[in-house]
Amino acid sequence: MKILVPVKRVIDYNARPRVKPDGSGVDISNVKISINPFDEIAIEEAVRLKEMGIASEVIAVSVGPVKAGETLRTALAMGADRAILIQSEEAVEPLAVAKILKVLADEEQPGLVILGKQAIDDDCNQTGQMLAALMGRPQGTFASLVKVEGDAVLVTREIDGGLETVKLALPAIVTVDLRLNEPRYASLPNIMKARSKPLVTKTAADLGVDIAPRLVTLKVAEPPARGGGIKLADVDALVARLKDMGVA
Amino acid sequence: MTSLVWVEHDNSVLKDATLAAVTAAAQMGEVVALVAGQGCGQVAAATASIVGVSRVLLADDAAYAHGLAENIAPLVAGLMERFDAFVAPATTGGKNIAPRVAALLDVMQVSDILSVEGEKRFTRPIYAGNLIATVESGDAKLVLTVRTTAFAKAAASGGHATVESVSGLGDQGLSSFIGAQIARSERPELTSARVVVSGGRALKNAETFAAVIMPLADRLAAGVGASRAAVDAGYVPNDYQVGQTGKIVAPEVYIAVGISGAIQHLAGMKDSKTIIAINKDEDAPIFQVADLGLVADLFTAVPELTAKL
Ligand SMILES: Cc1cc2nc3c(=O)[nH]c(=O)nc-3n(C[C@H](O)[C@H](O)[C@H](O)COP(=O)(O)OP(=O)(O)OC[C@H]3O[C@@H](n4cnc5c(N)ncnc54)[C@H](O)[C@@H]3O)c2cc1C
Ligand SMILES: Nc1ncnc2c1ncn2[C@@H]1O[C@H](COP(=O)(O)O)[C@@H](O)[C@H]1O
Repeated sequence: MKILVPVKRVIDYNARPRVKPDGSGVDISNVKISINPFDEIAIEEAVRLKEMGIASEVIAVSVGPVKAGETLRTALAMGADRAILIQSEEAVEPLAVAKILKVLADEEQPGLVILGKQAIDDDCNQTGQMLAALMGRPQGTFASLVKVEGDAVLVTREIDGGLETVKLALPAIVTVDLRLNEPRYASLPNIMKARSKPLVTKTAADLGVDIAPRLVTLKVAEPPARGGGIKLADVDALVARLKDMGVA
Repeated sequence: MTSLVWVEHDNSVLKDATLAAVTAAAQMGEVVALVAGQGCGQVAAATASIVGVSRVLLADDAAYAHGLAENIAPLVAGLMERFDAFVAPATTGGKNIAPRVAALLDVMQVSDILSVEGEKRFTRPIYAGNLIATVESGDAKLVLTVRTTAFAKAAASGGHATVESVSGLGDQGLSSFIGAQIARSERPELTSARVVVSGGRALKNAETFAAVIMPLADRLAAGVGASRAAVDAGYVPNDYQVGQTGKIVAPEVYIAVGISGAIQHLAGMKDSKTIIAINKDEDAPIFQVADLGLVADLFTAVPELTAKL
C-alpha cells in the first residue's frame, strides 16, 4: 500500500516570530525555517512501515511556496520515495489543504495518510480530521502507536486521561503525536540521493480546488508580558509566600 | 445566534471543560447542549442544571459510547441545520471531533478561541501563544473550539433546561473502540487544580520524580504536571505534559521544578496567576515569567520545602 504524508514548512520551533510593524500578520522573513516537527515524525513512521514491508511507497506532499520544495527534499532524504508540491505563495488554510489532499488521495489511493497532529505555526490541529471527513474514512488522531493488521490499523491515541486504542478500517487517516517515534537524521548520502528523487509541482487550480480563505486575520499582536518577578533568598522565604497566598 | 455545545463526559460524569465552552457560547447567544453517549442519562440531567443551557439534546446509542468522531461528527452535522455555531472545548476529545464536523459543514474551524470579540470575531493563540491573532470568519456557520482556561466555568447547578432525545445515523462502521488506559488518581485533576507542581528533565528518572515531586504535590493538594522532556523520558505518563502540544493550565499557583522554560512549555502555563520556579541555573528562561524564583538545587530545596510546609 502507498502512504501519503503531508508536510508543512514552518518557522523553526526555536525561532521567535515577530509581528509585522502594521500588526497585520507575522513577519517570517529572516527566521529559521524547518519542517513541522510533527511531520518529521509522520515521515519517520511511514518510512518504517515501508522498511517493515507493509508500505510499498511513501509520497510526501506539501502545500506552500516554492521554498516548501526544500521541506519536501528533507522528507525525501528521510526516505520518502517521491514528492508533490502544491504551490501557493499565499498561506492556505487547513480546510483548503484538506481539500487538496483529498484530490491527491483520490488519485493515489493510499492505504494510509499520516499527518502531524498540529502545525506549530497556526496551531490549528484540524487538517487530518478534516481530510478524514472529506474522504469519509476513519481517523486515528494523536497517535503514539500505529500497528497495521490486515485490512485494519490499530492506533493508540494520547488523550487527556491517558491512552486509548481504536481499530480503524483501511484506508485510514492517522495524525501523530510526539511519542510515536524518534525521527532519524538524514545521512549525507541520503540527502544527495534525495536531490534526484521525483518532485512534481502543481497548483490548487490544477486540482480544481478553491483555496480562498474563509478566515480573515484582522490583527496579530503580542500577548501582554508578565511583569518581572523576584528571586527569593531561600526555602523559608518561599514557605512564607505560599502561606501568604493561602495555599499552604 | 444559537450554539450547539458538545458536552464532554465519560457516560457518567460531565467533564469540567464543558463549562468553559458553555460560557464562551453564552457570550454569542442561546446555548443548546448535546450529550452523545450510551447510558448517559445522568450526564444529560447534570447538563440540564448548567446555568445558561436552554435545552439538552440527548443522543443515546452504543455508537456514541466512546466519543468516536466517525460516528459523532455526522450526528452533529445533521443537527447543525438548526444551529449557527458548533462549540466544543479544546480538549483532546473536542479537538478530535470538531474539525471533522467543520469539514462536513464546509466550514473553516476557529481553534482554541481565547475571547469572543464580535458575532464572528475571535482571538486565538498562534505560534505557541507567542502571538495572539484576531480573526473573523466568513463562513455561514461557525465551528469553534474553546481554550478552557480563557473562560470562566458556567455554574454547574441552578439551571433548568429541558432534555429531549435525538438520534443520528449511528455506527458508520469505520472504527471501533478497543480499550483505554485511564489513570485513576486521588490527586486533583491537572487542568482544574488550584495548585500545580510540574517537574522537568532535571528530575532524572521516574523514581526520583515520584520521590521529590509527589510529596510536595500531596502537601499542597496539587495536581501534577511535567515538561515534554520528562514525559519523553518516561518519568510520568503522556497526559501529564503541559504545553503547546500538551495540556493548557492556569492554576492559582504553578510551581515549575527543574524546568528550563522553553516556549513550548510556557505556552501551556503562562496564564497561571502566580508562577514559582525552582531551578539551579539563575539564567534559566523560566525566571523571565516567574513571579517568584528560587535559585537552588531541587534535590535539596524541594524536600526542605515539603518538610517545612
Ligand atoms: C513540536 C514540539 C512540541 C513541544 N511541545 C512541548 C510541550 O507541550 N510541553 C513542553 O514542556 N515541551 C514541549 N516541547 C519541548 C520543549 O522545546 C523543551 O525541549 C522542553 O520543554 C524541555 O523540558 P525541560 O525544561 O524539562 O528540560 P531542559 O530544557 O533540559 O531543562 C532542565 C532544567 O533543569 C534545570 N536543572 C537541572 N538540574 C537541576 C537541579 N538539580 N536542580 C534544579 N534545577 C536543575 C536546568 O538548569 C534546566 O533549566 C516541544 C518541542 C517541540 C519540538
Ligand atoms: N500547507 C500544508 N502542506 C502540507 N501539509 C500540511 C499543510 N498544512 C497542514 N498540513 C498537515 O496537517 C497537519 C496539521 O496541521 P494543522 O491542522 O494546520 O495544525 C500538519 O502536521 C501537516 O501534516
